[in-house]
Amino acid sequence: MSKNNLHVLFDDDDILLDAIKKIKEKKYHINEVYAPFPVHGLDKALGLKPTRISILAFIYGCIGFTVAVLMTNYMMIADWPQNIGGKPSFSFIENMPAFVPILFEMTVFFAAHLMVLTFYMRSKLWPFKKAENPNPLTTDNMFLIDMESGDNLNKMKVFLKKTGAVSIEVIERDDNEK
Amino acid sequence: MSSHYEASIRKPLVEGDKSYHDITVDIARPIETPPNKDWWIAFSIALIAFLWGVGCVIYTIGTGIGSWGLNKTVGWAWDITNFVWWVGIAHAGTLISAVLLLFRQKWRMGINRSAEAMTIFAVIQAGLFPIIHMGRPWLAYWMFPLPNQFGSLWVNFNSPLLWDIFAISTYLTVSLVFWWTGLLPDLAMIRDRAVKPFQKKIYSLISFGWTGRAKDWQRFEEVSLVLAGLATPLVLSVHSIVSMDFATSVIPGWHTTIFPPYFVAGAIFSGFAMVQTLLIIMRKVSRLESYITLQHIELMNIIIMITGSIVGCAYITELFIAWYSGVEYEQFAFLNRATGPYWWAYFFMMTCNVVSPQIMWVKKLRTSIIVSFIISIVVNIGMWFERFVIIVTSLHRDYLPSSWTMFSPTFIDIGIFIGSIGFFLLLFLLYARSFPVIAQAEVKSILKSSGENYKKLRDSHE
Repeated sequence: MSKNNLHVLFDDDDILLDAIKKIKEKKYHINEVYAPFPVHGLDKALGLKPTRISILAFIYGCIGFTVAVLMTNYMMIADWPQNIGGKPSFSFIENMPAFVPILFEMTVFFAAHLMVLTFYMRSKLWPFKKAENPNPLTTDNMFLIDMESGDNLNKMKVFLKKTGAVSIEVIERDDNEK
Repeated sequence: MSSHYEASIRKPLVEGDKSYHDITVDIARPIETPPNKDWWIAFSIALIAFLWGVGCVIYTIGTGIGSWGLNKTVGWAWDITNFVWWVGIAHAGTLISAVLLLFRQKWRMGINRSAEAMTIFAVIQAGLFPIIHMGRPWLAYWMFPLPNQFGSLWVNFNSPLLWDIFAISTYLTVSLVFWWTGLLPDLAMIRDRAVKPFQKKIYSLISFGWTGRAKDWQRFEEVSLVLAGLATPLVLSVHSIVSMDFATSVIPGWHTTIFPPYFVAGAIFSGFAMVQTLLIIMRKVSRLESYITLQHIELMNIIIMITGSIVGCAYITELFIAWYSGVEYEQFAFLNRATGPYWWAYFFMMTCNVVSPQIMWVKKLRTSIIVSFIISIVVNIGMWFERFVIIVTSLHRDYLPSSWTMFSPTFIDIGIFIGSIGFFLLLFLLYARSFPVIAQAEVKSILKSSGENYKKLRDSHE
């Protein structure tokens, strides 16, 4: 049984990617990787599923479009039709060209804001949220792999050093005491 | 190393021997060091201008729009000119961050943060003018589709002025979340470096607890891409809709179908000029020459030159169409622009917007910082005059010669305009000392492909 977590620091993105590959080959379990900037290929190296947030953005856009159609139809056609410059105001489809800017803006508004809100909720980002990066250097120039330690800690340390780790920190897990 | 390959003929985007940590230090420096005397002088001037503007706004609201130079014939003048000018300036930020992202232009990374900040600050200025012009700004919420107390009378969705409300509010809020989402990793960087407890608190609060997990970065990149995809048509729609405030009317000189693309080109033109003005100063003051390089300035100059030429083309097309249409009102409106009492404004517009950017064809001139700076100012003056020409000269000669008149601004008109410039600079100066002014996380991600030291290293291996 693995008892501890390891915090392995790297100072280069290419070394990090190679190290992840080697760690994966050895079948060690990686909990999380913290990086100061988007490292290309990191999600693939870790085997993360592609994010579905853009699909959501499309759905949100469709919702925005629908809301805009319902709104303009209700306010301009159903509830209070007015004769504005002799333009048709009794049929949505005839009046619709004048609403295109509104339909477009509402689509974008809904898609953008709801997508960003989803991102903030899913990634747990909001004001007063406490940062959980274990080492403050991971927003500067260091990359950190949070992983479970194997049975033989010393052997593991040697292996990780070989992959190019700058430092290895052993973190006692809280749930050991429980 | 091979994954970071970039052709060696491409000039480096990060100059000097920089490591990831150096970038952090360079970007955090303006925030972590106290401002110098020059900053305080600039801040004081901006503050005085801002307060002067506040005074003029209070006077306007207290006495009414009669305190402006408007009259029965010229019902829109300085206020709407300023509104369109500021909205136009706002456009470069989104163009740099969204359109250049879609085109995978790496050079945008040195300038996108400040350009987006400029976008938001400029839209704020733009929004002020129509609100003040209402005369009763506390009733501004009437612009939103709310049933009012007189019954279920709604706003008019056929009106371009209402389209404007939707376009500008969508633009402001989407730009804001785009900007802030991009800021999170950089604010987190400042937070993790902060030593003063108060600073740490503030940056913890505004960085939303960003940690840089692999999954967060994956989502971050996807969100940025989709936001760019949404912001690109949005930015084009905003100034198109602003132009429809004029184009859907029946005033000769306004009623032209060329307006939407012409306004968008003009907006990009003036926006890039403003980015150029601000960044040439900022790179020097905040010592960011390694990140905002001469190449960035040159590329922005090329965009200014191209959009300036598009705008010039539009001016000439307008003249041609006025003649070709055979509509004598249209013909008079354009002849009057060029040769009427406001010929000097037209002349300013033509010289500043069409002639001056053409000097950028010469490489020596477009790589000169002082020339770039002067042209950027000239272009902004020219673009202000363009809006003045379109608005005032089209109105001042209306259908009845008995109501022909001239427009002259009062000191209140001028005061509010100066105030808006002061407010804009105030926001920008505060931003430059409290926010990471360069998207450092993104710059770090291109350091290995486009950093000078890495490029040299790679070339020496070949």
